[in-house]
Parts: sequence; structure tokens; C-alpha cells
Amino acid sequence: MPDYSPHRDSAANSNGCYHCGEDCGAVPIIFDEKRFCCQGCRMVFEILSQSNASEYYKFEVHPGLTARNREPGSQYAYLDNEEIRRELLEFSEDGVSKVKLFIPAIHCSSCIWLLENLQRLNEGVMHSTVNFVKKEVIITFHDAQLSLRQLVEMLVSINYIPQITLDSVDKGAKRKVNRGIYYRLGVAGFCFGNIMLFSFPGYLSVDDSIEHLLRQNFGLLNILFGIPVAFYSGSVFIIAAWKGLKKRFISIDVPIAVGILVLFFRSVYEITSGTGNGFMDSLAGLVFFLSIGRWYQDKTYQALSFERDYRSYFPVAVTVISDDGIESIIPLKNLRTGMRILVRNQELIPADALLVKGEGSVDYSFVTGESTPVTKKEGDRIFAGGRQAGTSIELIVEREVAQSRLTELWNQDISGGEKQTRWDSILDVISRYFTAIILILATVSGVVWWFINPSQSFLVVTAILIVACPCALAMTYPFSLGGTMRVFGKNNFYLKRTGVVETLSKIDTIVFDKTGTITRNNGQGADLTGLRLSQENLQRLSALVRQSTHPSSVAIYRQLQGFQPLNVESFSELPARGIEGVVGGHFLRVGSEEFVTGTRSEAPAAGRVFISVDREQGGFIGINNQYREGMKEVLQELALRYELHLLSGDNDAELPNLLAFFPSKDHLHFNQSPKDKLEYIRNLKASGKRVLMIGDGLNDAGALRESDCGISIADDIYHFSPACDAILESKQFKHLPGFLSFSRIGMRIVFISVVLSFLYNVVGLSFAITGNLLPEVSAILMPLSSVSIVAFVTVSVSLSARFSTFTEK
Amino acid sequence: MSVILVLVAFSVVLAGGFLIAFFWSVRTGQYDDPYSASVRILFDDEKPREASKTDPAPASPIEEPSPNQ
Repeated sequence: MPDYSPHRDSAANSNGCYHCGEDCGAVPIIFDEKRFCCQGCRMVFEILSQSNASEYYKFEVHPGLTARNREPGSQYAYLDNEEIRRELLEFSEDGVSKVKLFIPAIHCSSCIWLLENLQRLNEGVMHSTVNFVKKEVIITFHDAQLSLRQLVEMLVSINYIPQITLDSVDKGAKRKVNRGIYYRLGVAGFCFGNIMLFSFPGYLSVDDSIEHLLRQNFGLLNILFGIPVAFYSGSVFIIAAWKGLKKRFISIDVPIAVGILVLFFRSVYEITSGTGNGFMDSLAGLVFFLSIGRWYQDKTYQALSFERDYRSYFPVAVTVISDDGIESIIPLKNLRTGMRILVRNQELIPADALLVKGEGSVDYSFVTGESTPVTKKEGDRIFAGGRQAGTSIELIVEREVAQSRLTELWNQDISGGEKQTRWDSILDVISRYFTAIILILATVSGVVWWFINPSQSFLVVTAILIVACPCALAMTYPFSLGGTMRVFGKNNFYLKRTGVVETLSKIDTIVFDKTGTITRNNGQGADLTGLRLSQENLQRLSALVRQSTHPSSVAIYRQLQGFQPLNVESFSELPARGIEGVVGGHFLRVGSEEFVTGTRSEAPAAGRVFISVDREQGGFIGINNQYREGMKEVLQELALRYELHLLSGDNDAELPNLLAFFPSKDHLHFNQSPKDKLEYIRNLKASGKRVLMIGDGLNDAGALRESDCGISIADDIYHFSPACDAILESKQFKHLPGFLSFSRIGMRIVFISVVLSFLYNVVGLSFAITGNLLPEVSAILMPLSSVSIVAFVTVSVSLSARFSTFTEK
Repeated sequence: MSVILVLVAFSVVLAGGFLIAFFWSVRTGQYDDPYSASVRILFDDEKPREASKTDPAPASPIEEPSPNQ
């Protein structure tokens, strides 16, 4: 993920913003002889250059992120609240505090430089350290000089906006770093090296008294080093095998654990009885290689969270109005039924509540999938999770946060623990047969040898168990799927675990959510072809719609970008009707047909926004749901192989458009509640389908969990996405078929390498059964098979990735 | 030849020292974030110069070979 090279819009884009690299449009803002795309970027530049921090621009070209739509004001006032402050701070003593903040914007070396040089911006900062992998910054600062709120506001001013949600104050939910694998790998590697050295004299057949002395001492040393290998580094495999056996489940860990134990005890026997040199070098090599496999497999995207629940969606604090009208900020968890709360523009409604003052225009797209905001009047009930768009509203809380409809939805189906796939992994199937065959083979040869030469019988049986230890087999899975997962990660498709690759390859049914999944999130498009306005009026229109947060206004504004902002003299928003205002002395109205023209025509006026300037008609703008780029091709391609379904929380206005892509009307379902979606997935599964669910919002959370594989699609992968198995960055949606077919390629590579590793086993077994397994044969065969399998797998995964459709050339 | 045993004892102690150093590096979190450190080492520690308007401060990617190399 790290961006090693400053390739973003380099010299090629001469009109790129000095700060963020985005195109500056027709009228760039010039400041200090540099071009900027917006006032936000210019301000960040100004702050940095005034603070002697312009070195920021030295490390990468255009390091910043576009700073548009920055909202100043009191939104961080809650950080002055003592209780919240205390919960957010790691520690606070003698006027020195330490805080850990998650900043998704961290993406390049300039970010690290700036965030570690915050003391240049404010003397109150003592020290700061960035963890790039987790996108976290740990800041130590003087309380007296800089409050937590000022610190956060300073970060916001340079456009590094920390993400502070209910989740971040929940101390219990903090994830612990698991470094056990490094220790085990280190121990195994250390012992492996030493044991190889001590085993060496054993392979030389010089026989004199000193050699004998060495051999004996080295043998004892080998046992000494073998103990931590088998029982510390190897313990994970033994424990996993034991746990599986208790559940009557034979996993790949069983033959491995048997191999480890037999290797160890037979070596101890041989060394102490003086009958041989033992296999300690093979044992250490085996555990070392397997640990590398584990380490490779356990790679996770630490900055991403696949386990989020409503807590990371909700704010930390809420504004409460007391009976005598005084506003105060309290932590969300102290919110009680009956309290009167204030929700401002773009703030989240934290609990089910009754609207008592103001006009609500609540955007539920994330919670229910409805694409247009819902208008609420005084006396209406508002459910938690919606986002207010418009003026401030006052509400009386009816249910506490933990009991709201939204959180109940979340809690109802959490069975806890890791999601289990319904079918066995290919590795489990193979290892079940494998273990059975090996056990039979060992018994038969043991019996046969008993009749030929009883003293050999024990040796042959243990030799079979040693050589059959599926080291290469156990390496194929982590390396081929781990490699596949890394290829996906490079292309902005992030899997939770390597096992998800196999699940993806077995899918036969795909269920889509509509809003935010196949349509763009608040990404309505504006069609300007019906408009009859002069350039000046377009500029005025752009200035006016900028004032409004209604999705239609946002869509129009996006379409009209590039105009110099004009001063808006007056502005008012009339819910469910439109907006009006005076720009540069001209009176503009934008809104429904009735509002603007005063008449209502027969033609369907839905999805049309009318405009008038000085009461003169200016035509209309078509507002349509915008499908994601490549949606048509994606669905057509997927339909060839998969059964496609659509579940939407929205109304069926888009039905005619969508029918073209889905096999029949029975596969399209509208007005679905989150629970309906979950039930639908459950039914599909019951009918034997292997279901992939692709969704984006809280309303899909249940369905994503219930499906065999849940992919959550997000514009910004570091912001909120519901719990899932994989996160797909929305701009990569068009590559979905490519990803799915690559998961099948990954599995094919697993198959081939399984066959190869069997060949090695056959060779090894032929030595073992005939009673010829010498320690040197095992010591050569084991690493050879593992290394060659890993090499084969790595090369084939990277070659296939090069020829896949989604890799950017 | 038994001097080998002494040498072996030394080598094991030495290797053990490295193992302990490795444990220390893991415990202090050096494997948690392999990227930042690689960038941090390229930052200059010197105090910032007074902001001079004449400083062109051209964007020079860190990948450019430094004169020391």
C-alpha cells in the first residue's frame, strides 16, 4: 500500500494544484506564484509556509489531499468535555498528555514528515510519532499550551482530519498487537541455524574418539535446541491439531503435529541410545518453514477494520439542551431517554427520537438504502442513524443509544466469533484423506516389516510418519492464497483473511445492494441538457446550489464546477420544494416544477429540478441515479457465470433500467428492510446456493454477515464500512469479474502445487517404506520440497497477476 | 580438538545475544511499522531556516539519488 513513488500527477499535469495535485480548472487560485484548486488547499499551504513547514512539499509532489468542504466552527467543542477528554487520552499527568489518533489521510512520506514535525505549527506539541501501517499518530503535548480540542482543530486545519468515533473512546475494544509469530519465527530460525551446524559432523563418517566426543555433545545440544522448536515454535500446530481432534475434525495440522512429535521423540531416542544422529535438523527446518508460511498467511491490513459495528459510525458526543435552554455537550453514552438534543447540519441522529423543533431532512441512505432524504416535521419520529441535511433540529430522545432500532439490528445476529465457512476448505479435504492414507500405510508397513525384521518395524513406521509430514502441502495454501490476497490488495481489494480467496472462488450467486453499491453513493448525476441559461446565470446558479446540502444541489454543483464563487446575498431552503436566493442582484429559484413554474405539467416531473432567474424560466436539470462506472459491463459479464440478485432498501423507480441486467423480475427486490435482506440471503443459502453479498451500508450489515462472503464497497476504505470479509474500493468495482476469476486462478495454483507436493511425498515414502530413510535424505528432501513449492507458487501467482485484466499496466 | 567445545559455547552465547536483540526489537514494536522508519531516516534534523520567499523549494522526490550515495 505505501506509495513509494511520488507519481501522482507529476510534471505531466501543469495545471495541478500545488498542494493536492488535482486539476485547478479554468480559474486557479494563484498564491505565492503557485496554483491551487481551492481555498482549502491554499490555506493549508499558507499555514505550512508560515510555520516553516514547507519542507512538506519537498518529499513528494502534491502530497496533500484536496481540502474542499472543510467545515470550521464548533464541531470539535465536545473535546473540551472533561469526561470525553479523559477517555480519549492515553495518559495525562503533570500537564503532559498523550493521545493516539487515527488519521486516514496519512498516505505518503510528506504526511509522516509533517505529522512528526507538528511542534513547528504549535509549540505545545512535544513529540509525535506516526505509525504508517495503522495510519495512527501518537502525540504528546502540553495541556496548558494546547488543549486536545485545539490540537485536533490544528490537525483539521492542515487537512489531516482525525477520525474520532464512539469506537475510539471504547477502551475495551482496542486491538492488541499479536507479535507471537515473530517470536516463534525467531526462535525457530535461531535453533535451525545452530542445529544444522551441530548436525554436520554426524554426516561425516570419520570415526575416532574425538569425533565421537563431538558427536555426543552435539547430539545433546541438538536435543536442547530441539525442545523450543518442537514445544514453543511448533506448539501452535500441535495445539491446533488437538483442538481440531476434540471437535472430531482432521485438519492439515494433524499430520504436521504427528510429524513434529515423531521427529522429536525419535531423534531423542536415537541420540540418547547412540543408535543414530536423529532428525533434529529436519524438525527445525520444518517448523521454521511452516512458521514462515504462517507469517505470510497472517498478513492483515491493519489500518482497515473488518469488524466495525455501529460504534464506529456514531459520534462521541452530543449537544444537549437543558430545560432552561442552555446547550451543553455530553458523551453519547450518558444520553438518556427524555433528554432534548440539538442536531446540526450534517450531524448524525444518535438515538431514536421525536422531532420537536425545526424541519428535518434526514438522509438515511447509509442506514436503509433510500436514496433521497426523508422530510420530517415537528412531532415526527426519527430513527437513529440518519444524517440531518439542512438547518439545526431539536429532538427528544425516546430510546437510549444501545436500544435504538439501528443498534438492535446490529446486535440481533451476532453469533460471536469468526464466521465459519459452510464447506470445508480444499486443504481440509485433502488432509483428511492424506492422514488416513498415511496412517494405513504406516500400519501396513509396520506389520509387514514385523515379519521381515521386527527390529526395523519401529524405525519404518516412524520414518513414514516423518517423511509424510506435509510440509510442502502446508506451504502451498498460505503462499498461493497469501500471494493472491496481496495481488488483490495492490489493486485496492482488501481481504480479511487468506481463506476468503477460496470462498470467493466457490461462489455461484451474487446479491447486490442498490444504493451505494451499483449506484454511486450520494452520486446523483445532473443532466444539464434541458437548461437554457447564459454563462453568467450558470455561475449564479452554481453559487446558489453551493449553499444547500440537498443531494440534488450537490449533484448540480458538482456538474457546474469551475466557476469563480460569487457572493450570495440571501438564501433560503424550503423543504420538499426547493431553494431560492439572491445572487449578484438576481433572484434565483431552484426546485420542483410547482415551486418554480407555479404549474404542474402532465409529464413525469420526478427527477427534474427546475430553474428560474428573475422569475423567468431557465429550463430544467435532470437528476438521475448514477450507476457506477462499468456497471453494465460488470453485470453482463457476471451474469454469464453467476446467478444475480438485487436487494434494495429503496423504491422501485429504477426497476425498468435494472431489468436489463438481471435475469428476471423475481431476482429484483425493492423496499427491503435490513432484516428482509438477511432472510433473503438465508433462504438462498438454504436452497444450496453459495452466496456472495456486495453492499455498502449499515442496512446490509446483517446480509453481509449471513452471506458466505460479504464484500463491502466503499469510496473511502478507511471510513466506515460494515463488518465484512473484504473491502473493495469503489473505483475498482468495474474489476469485480476480474477479481473473482483471479480467485479461481489462485485456487488452480493451489491444486497444481498440491499435486507437486504429493510427488515429493511419494519419493520420500519410497525411501521410508523400504527402510532407507537416512537423516540426510530427510534433511535434503524436506527443505527442497518446501522451497521449490514456494518458488513455483510465488512465480505463478505473480505471472498470472501480470496477465489479469485488473492490473494496471 | 576439544577447544571446539569452547568455541561452540562462545558461538551459542553470541547467537543467543542476537536472538535477545531480535526479541527486544520485536517487543519495542519495530516490526509493527516497517515503512515510517524507512522514510524518517531521510528527514533532516536541522532547525528550519527562516522562511525565505526566494526559496524555490522545488518538489524533489526522495527517490532522487542523494549525493552521499
